[in-house]
Amino acid sequence: MSATATKPYTLDVKLILPFINSVKSVFTTMVKVNTEVCKPCLKEDPASSYDVSSIIGFSGQIVGSVVVSFQQSAAERLATEFAGTPLKLSDADFPDAIGELANMIAGGAKTQLGSLASITVPSVVIGSGHVIARLSDVPCIVIPCRTPVGNFAVEVNIKKVQPKS
Amino acid sequence: MNILLVDDSKTMRNIQKKTLAALGEVQFFEAGDGVEALSVIASCGQKFDVVLVDWNMPNMDGITLVRKIRETDKSTPLVMATTEAEKTRVIDALKAGVNNYLIKPFTPDGLMEKVKQTLAKAGAAQPVAA
Repeated sequence: MSATATKPYTLDVKLILPFINSVKSVFTTMVKVNTEVCKPCLKEDPASSYDVSSIIGFSGQIVGSVVVSFQQSAAERLATEFAGTPLKLSDADFPDAIGELANMIAGGAKTQLGSLASITVPSVVIGSGHVIARLSDVPCIVIPCRTPVGNFAVEVNIKKVQPKS
Repeated sequence: MNILLVDDSKTMRNIQKKTLAALGEVQFFEAGDGVEALSVIASCGQKFDVVLVDWNMPNMDGITLVRKIRETDKSTPLVMATTEAEKTRVIDALKAGVNNYLIKPFTPDGLMEKVKQTLAKAGAAQPVAA
């Protein structure tokens, strides 16, 4: 299955750049796999980009979700590099490693977004073509990422909300 | 040396263990959330040289755990190890009683440095025997 990002979109750079920076930081610091971040696009297909997805919810002054979706082979290799021990899809610790990667990406971006928000603990979904319900009033932007061991994508579907007075 | 690692990610606890094993003879204790950590502290009968605490965890988060520990224990060195890097969060954690703060993602050297700093400060704070 391939990433389904399609047409160019006028991005809110302030919302997307923190995720790009965070991906680079996490993969440089803790995974040590060269990661190329490609041009973000509007995501129209409701199915997640790849077969293994970790979902983090946002609440507070930022609401919505961020999904980090991996090709299965990439997920196994990246989880292995991160954990420092071989991890396959069937291993009990595999979802934990994938979830923690997403947690660090979302957490790092949250700080740079500069709003008071909370993030949920990650949930991991495995399976081809799974669909993740999203906010319908804001676009989902996908940030495609390439590594020597396969591809993944960060799907950002968030918005800032005004604090209640 | 006794170290308690509190993080809902087993992968993260394993990464911390691999790095901190270089400190020498270390006995590691682990908990997946704040409730489990309090149970480990109550039941193991050990004094911990340092406790690493994640912030975002199910059941009981790290900041609540820190406040609970500090209700009865003012001395055990606590290090918050978290993705929560906003200044307000750091201040909240310091007010709650953490001794040091480590932002994820971190390098092995970064983790080791924070733990050594924390151990050194705790050692310096110990009363010197006459």
